[in-house]
Amino acid sequence: MMNSTDVTVRIDNLHVRRGGKVVLPGISLGVRRGLVTGLLGPSGSGKTTLMRAIVGVQILEAGEVSVLGRAAGAPELRRRVAYVTQAPSVYGDLTVRENLGYFARIVGAPAGRVEDAIATVNLGGHTDQVVRTLSGGERSRVSLATALLGQPELLVLDEPTVGLDPVLRRELWETFHLLASGGTTLLVSSHVMDEAERCDELVLMRDGRIVVVASPEALLRKTGARDLEQAFLALAEAS
Amino acid sequence: MSSRIALATAARVLRQLRRDRRTLALVLVVPPALLTLFKYVFAGQEQTFDRVGGPLVGIFPFISMFLVTSIAMLRERTTGTLERLMSMPLAKLDLLLGYALAFALVAAVQASVTAAIAFGPLGLDTEGAIWLVILLAVANALLGMALGLFLSAFASTEFQAVQFMPAFVLPQILLAGLIVPRERMARVLELVSDVLPLTYAYNALERATADEVGAHLAFDVAVVCGAILLALVLGATTLRRRTA
Repeated sequence: MMNSTDVTVRIDNLHVRRGGKVVLPGISLGVRRGLVTGLLGPSGSGKTTLMRAIVGVQILEAGEVSVLGRAAGAPELRRRVAYVTQAPSVYGDLTVRENLGYFARIVGAPAGRVEDAIATVNLGGHTDQVVRTLSGGERSRVSLATALLGQPELLVLDEPTVGLDPVLRRELWETFHLLASGGTTLLVSSHVMDEAERCDELVLMRDGRIVVVASPEALLRKTGARDLEQAFLALAEAS
Repeated sequence: MSSRIALATAARVLRQLRRDRRTLALVLVVPPALLTLFKYVFAGQEQTFDRVGGPLVGIFPFISMFLVTSIAMLRERTTGTLERLMSMPLAKLDLLLGYALAFALVAAVQASVTAAIAFGPLGLDTEGAIWLVILLAVANALLGMALGLFLSAFASTEFQAVQFMPAFVLPQILLAGLIVPRERMARVLELVSDVLPLTYAYNALERATADEVGAHLAFDVAVVCGAILLALVLGATTLRRRTA
C-alpha cells in the first residue's frame, strides 16, 4: 500500500460531468512521487478531464482530488504545479523569448531559467522568432518550455510530444526522467504505445474508467502479451 | 497582488500591440481623420464643431479601447492563455491592472495626438484646458477597456465581439447628448441615458471643454470612476480559475 509521502496526487471517487455528459463516473487513483506516470487511452476516454481535475481548473461534481497534500487548485499549488494543455497556450504575436520571459516573471523564475528552458526543448535557433510563424510542433515546445520555468514539483503534460520528430521525442523523454530522478512527479498523457514503454507506471483509461494501473513490466507479465499494444488490447477486451 | 506581475503584464500587452503595427496606426490615425471629416461635414457651422469636437477627442479612446480589449481578451480566452494564467501564481487584479496600465498609456498617446491635430490645424476652439480633456480621455479609455473585458466573456467568436461595438457602444453615444442634447430627447430616452456611463463621460467632457470646472464635473468624473470599478469587478468575475 502506498503511504501518503510517496503519493503526489490522490484521487478519491471523482465524478466529472462536462457539457451535460458524464466524463468521469467516479474514479480513484494515486500518482506516485518522483515517477513518470503515463496516462494512456483513446481519444475521449477522459484523460484531459482527469488532468484538468488534478491541476484544479475543472469544476468537479463529486469526489476529492488532493495534490501535494492540498486540495487540487489551492492557491499555493499554483507555484508547485505546472500544466501544459494539448493546444499550445502561448502568445502567437510574441517571440519565444518574450513568451517565456513573461511567464518567468509570473512564476518568479530567474532570467537564466528562460535560456535553460529554451535549450531543453531545443528551440535555441528560434529564440527571437514570433511564435505564430513556428510550426505546430515548435509551438507546443514553447508551451512545454513554459511549464519548466518554475521548477514545479508536479508537471502535468497533455500529449506533449505530438508531431515531434523521433530524435527530439527521445530527448524529451530523457528530460522527463531526469526531472523525475530529481524528485519531480510527472503525469504525461499519450496515445502512442512506444511512449508507454518509457513510463515508470501506466494508467490505462477507457470510457472514463481506469482499466489498469501497473508498470510496463508488470503489465506484460500479467497479460503474457508480447508487447504493450497487445497487453492493452487484451485488457480492453476483457473489461 | 504583485506590482511586478502587473507591470510585466502591461509590458507584454504593449509588446503585442507594438507588433501589430497596423492596429496601432489605426488607433492613432483614425480619430484625427474622423475629426477632420467632422469639421468639413459641418463646414459653415463652426459652433457645432467647437461644441462637439472637444468631447469627441475624449470619446474616441472609449471606442478604441473597448474594441481592442474585447478582442485581446477573447483571444486570451480562446487560445488558452487565460486558462494558463489562471493556473499560475497570478492574481486576477494583476491581469486587470496590467491591461489598464497598458491601455491607459495608449489612450494618453491617442488622445494627445488627436488633441494636437484638433486644437492645431483644425482650429478647434474651446474654453477649457486641453490637459483635462486628455485626462478624461484616459478615464474613458479605462471605461471602454473594463466594459470590453467584461463583455468579451459573452462572445465566443471575434465576429460576435466586434458586433458588441454597435450593440453596446453606439446606443450610448446616441443617448449621451452628443447628437441631440439630452433634455430635447423623449423622457424615456433621457431616463435610459441617466443610467448609461458614457452619458457622464460626455457630460464631464462637455463641462471640461466649456471650462465649467466645479462640483458638477467632479460628480460626473466620480460616476465614470464608479462605472470603471463596477465593470472591472464584473470583468474579474468572468476570469474563472475553474471551468466546466
